[in-house]
Amino acid sequence: MLSLERRPVDSKTMTYASPVLALVLTIVTGFLIFLGLDRDPIEGLRHFFITPINSSYGWAELGLKMAPLLLCAAGLTICYRAKLWNIGAEGHFLMGAVGASIVALQPGGGSGFWILPLVLLAGVAFGALWAAIAAFLKTHFHCNEILTTIMLNYIALNLLLYGVHGPLKDPYGFSFPQSAMFGDSALLPMLIPGTRLHIGLLFAVLAAVIVGVLFARTFIGFQLKVLGEDEQAAAFAGFPRKKLIWFAFLVAGGMAGLAGASEVTGPIGQLVPQVSPGYGYTAIIVVFLGRMKAVGIILASALLALTFLGGEMMQISMNLPKAMTGLFQGLLLFYLLTCDAFIHYRVRWIGSRPAVAKITLAGQEG
Amino acid sequence: MSIELITNILAATVVAGTPLLIVALGELICERSGVLNLGQEGMMLIGAVAGFIAVLTTGSLTIGVIAAMAAGVAMALLFALMAVTLAANQYAAGLALTIFGTGLSAFIGAGYVGKTIDGFTKLAIPGLSDIPVLGPVLFNQDLLVYVSLGLFVAVYVFLRHSRGGLLLRAVGESPDSANANGLPVMLIRYLAVSFGGAMAGLAGAYLSLAYTPLWTEGMTAGRGWIALALVVFATWRPERVLLGAYLFGVASILHLVLQGFGWDSSTELLAMLPYVVTIVVLVLLSSNPTRTRLHTPLSLGQPYRPGR
Repeated sequence: MLSLERRPVDSKTMTYASPVLALVLTIVTGFLIFLGLDRDPIEGLRHFFITPINSSYGWAELGLKMAPLLLCAAGLTICYRAKLWNIGAEGHFLMGAVGASIVALQPGGGSGFWILPLVLLAGVAFGALWAAIAAFLKTHFHCNEILTTIMLNYIALNLLLYGVHGPLKDPYGFSFPQSAMFGDSALLPMLIPGTRLHIGLLFAVLAAVIVGVLFARTFIGFQLKVLGEDEQAAAFAGFPRKKLIWFAFLVAGGMAGLAGASEVTGPIGQLVPQVSPGYGYTAIIVVFLGRMKAVGIILASALLALTFLGGEMMQISMNLPKAMTGLFQGLLLFYLLTCDAFIHYRVRWIGSRPAVAKITLAGQEG
Repeated sequence: MSIELITNILAATVVAGTPLLIVALGELICERSGVLNLGQEGMMLIGAVAGFIAVLTTGSLTIGVIAAMAAGVAMALLFALMAVTLAANQYAAGLALTIFGTGLSAFIGAGYVGKTIDGFTKLAIPGLSDIPVLGPVLFNQDLLVYVSLGLFVAVYVFLRHSRGGLLLRAVGESPDSANANGLPVMLIRYLAVSFGGAMAGLAGAYLSLAYTPLWTEGMTAGRGWIALALVVFATWRPERVLLGAYLFGVASILHLVLQGFGWDSSTELLAMLPYVVTIVVLVLLSSNPTRTRLHTPLSLGQPYRPGR
């Protein structure tokens, strides 16, 4: 029979091959899905993965979707490296958008150059504050951060809805649940004229670089890594566990908050209920797919940004549901985790003598 | 408040608590075997959409419920493949299941938004439903409410008074010694995870076939996650799951209660309440970590490989 056997050393090849293999398997599954839907699979895959980016405008749109994903993922990377399972990027993002909107919508703000930085800072602060709740609950009440951050996501969404239906609602908006358009001085400058790509992408790349430097060069990055790999070793070394948790959550919240602020001050220009198509949740996939490395998450965020564009393209040109996006994202993560198992394990054929095989297994446990 | 209003609120509480009760009983069994499945939300959504489409095409509520449970089990088997056989990180595998389930259900259900079916209707039990207050609350409900109460009794008896329950707990406490005693650890975990999937599927079907007989994207609204908190709240004991489910049920219909008192507040703010209550309950329960640890199945969340 086939059996799984722990490798003596984790496979380095598999660590890097696994994301590629997962992508290939996702595309193969996509091929079968199109066949099952009675559509031309080649045309379907082309529309999903290539058509969205076969023009320079398409590339700018890719960068536009990539920015919030990368910012959220950079923050989550810091948490996940330390095995802090923060699922709250969506909530941090939404609160960042709300915070930025509150400042941007202040009456009599004028048109000073300082307005935009203030608006963005408000986004960072709100995101960090929202993450701080989960950090506080974890360090003081030992609350499981997965459950608290998920609940905070739902609460943040309802606060946003309360805002656009209530105090932040545009009084001249024909009763649509949305805020007034922001003034020009509260809008992000464009990166490429003639497209919608704004400088939010630079923030995102900078965030990824900061994460890379943090883990490669700084002591706090080292401490976070040790905390994630062996909590007892971190305690033994006297690393300040609570402070590290606070640091990881605050930075993650601030980065996702900046992403939220960049969306409302960038392509949207106002606060709307649909400010996020699920960037915060997709960022979780980005982190795993990107192997928790700076370069990795940049590439992974580009790929997952493409799934958003691909889903829209499905709707426009093939009349298929936009939910293709979520389907492809789910498949990708599912295949990734399955392939990742083979970093630690290999498949072995165990023949007719199970007793001998058992001894070999035990001997290689190391 | 009139007696009639109180009766109505209690009856609504039971209805709101029922999907939580069903999914949490499934997760309870799953966690008692040592497997933490964070994919409840995803399995519920798949169950909800599968049940709805089955009823829409066949017109049979029975087939709808069976389809929902089968879909839940199929999802659970995907999870078991990753988390039990391949010994993947259970946190990541559960998250993957939820993200996959959310995406897949939205995709499958995209063409069914806005369609309606004849869902489960109230089924008064003759005699018993005439008892004041208690009658309408417990004995004038839809069929699935009675099923959920039956499931509760079954799970309670299974865990406390059956050999199967003993084996399940043994596997959850120490898979190594269970294996040494000749128990099929992997098989028991597969069965426990599948039961969790069937229950999540059924809970999803409750939402799309009884609670609001329609399909909308993401209609579980975090109930799968609340159920996970509920199992912690219940310290892995079924009788406290029952209590907790109805407590959270009250929280999710609190806006009705407050309107009954003549309060008029923003719907969006009131909609936050179940999530706030969940956090408050987590704080109250987790603040003493040793107490929680005392009741947690010892191997919870740790992958197991035989032959070690």
